[in-house]
Amino acid sequence: MTERYDVLVVGAGPAGLSAARAAAGHGARVGLIDAQARVGGQVWRHDVARGHASSVPRALTRAIARARIELLAQTQVVAAAPGILLVEDPRGARSLKTDALILATGARELVLPFPGWTLPGVTGAGGLQALAKQGWPLAGKRVVIAGSGPLLLAAAASARSHGARVLSIHEQASAAAVLRFAGGLWRWPSKASLALLLRAQLAGIGYRCSSVVLRALGDDRVQAIEVDGPGGRQQTECDQLAVGYGLLPNVELPHALGCELENDGAHPQVRTDDRQCTSVTGVFAAGEICGIGGRDAAEVEGAIAGHAAVGEVAAVAALQRRRQYQRAFAAHLQRHFALDSRVLSLAEPETLVCRCEDVPLHALDGYLDARSAKLATRCGMGACQGRICGSALAAMGRFPRGDVRPPFFPARLATLGDTNFSVDFNPGEVSP
Amino acid sequence: MSGERVSVQVNGIAVEIVSGSSVAAAIAWLGVPGRRSVSGQWRAPLCGMGVCFECRVSIDGVAQQRACMVPVREGMQVRTDD
Repeated sequence: MTERYDVLVVGAGPAGLSAARAAAGHGARVGLIDAQARVGGQVWRHDVARGHASSVPRALTRAIARARIELLAQTQVVAAAPGILLVEDPRGARSLKTDALILATGARELVLPFPGWTLPGVTGAGGLQALAKQGWPLAGKRVVIAGSGPLLLAAAASARSHGARVLSIHEQASAAAVLRFAGGLWRWPSKASLALLLRAQLAGIGYRCSSVVLRALGDDRVQAIEVDGPGGRQQTECDQLAVGYGLLPNVELPHALGCELENDGAHPQVRTDDRQCTSVTGVFAAGEICGIGGRDAAEVEGAIAGHAAVGEVAAVAALQRRRQYQRAFAAHLQRHFALDSRVLSLAEPETLVCRCEDVPLHALDGYLDARSAKLATRCGMGACQGRICGSALAAMGRFPRGDVRPPFFPARLATLGDTNFSVDFNPGEVSP
Repeated sequence: MSGERVSVQVNGIAVEIVSGSSVAAAIAWLGVPGRRSVSGQWRAPLCGMGVCFECRVSIDGVAQQRACMVPVREGMQVRTDD
């Protein structure tokens, strides 16, 4: 079964929603794909504690509801080639065709391995926030938040609003770096006011800089953590540890489509021009996959991509100043929360790096690239397909992430068997 | 928490949870262990957003579903030990 759209948008977070709204505003028939059941992405994830109220801004929700946008929820892109996507939803698989594909696949969290990180009760920082909003029980739980970046504050505020006892927040960056970041926020008043709001919500919780979680301790789940900070090493009992070292772009789909990537530090991001065009004709990219810049950058880039996808050049030009202003914030963020080498070497030789295949760090010694390490040790061969360990190993300076090949996510056999998978998507033809 | 509640079965045990919650949340409310890794270690959700696959379970007979990505539905049968 094949469906055709004027514009297809992958990802229904701030970038994807803005893109869909902009394209549909010019009369295009838009398909909006997301793997989650509800729109909003991570930033506007629905909080079940709030009942039916959506987290997506009302004006955007209304515009989306009025427009010719078909929402394809709980839909995962399994394979892609120019002009065509193979998608799977709970009912089955189908192909979607379009001449204008907008990628807005957002970001995931960088979780770096350390002793004990595989224990139940250890999550990402954004991960804990996402789980809390899904109804995960946190009331009365002792929670420690750690890692790096402003997301830690948001995660702590979420945990507290869901009834957790947040014991402390551990930021790896120095106090001087955090102050310089905060001191520069006046240029983005909406971010500055958000920072102040979070500060108020987090009153009474210790925010420790140059502070790193060295290990999580426990038998079948986390019971305590050991922290190294300016005051020395210290153990703290807790029920949950949420640790995230910032965000990185989800570039698997653009990578597979052949879009040119550029490295920002250890992690690739999609290169676009100022119309959000990638190096592949008819493929646009917007938001976090073009470099971590936050919600506001994602919204404006999504709108640009939506206008550009239907050839509305005047609307694209009108948004350029906003785009530059928001991208400057991205640069500000990256500068001040750069990762200290200390957090890149927390894993010990016996620490599992690949959580899917339980591969310890020492097993990777002597391998110079992801592919040979994978073939010899199974590192990155499991269900997550190296999304966690591959990005961590790249950050740690071992080797960059390996190639992407379809299916991009574990798919049902029927999806691969009942469709033109092998004809349309050439799964055998991948570069080494 | 407010809102309507939904009843699902996790490993044969009934749990009531707010509508819209994820299967991962239902498992956590019940406090049953998550899954075992390939070498037999206990695992529970890490990323909460469909990336890490640590939360995968069997839902209504379909194996390898990410519990964090699937909202609960009345009468749903979840198994963490398949």
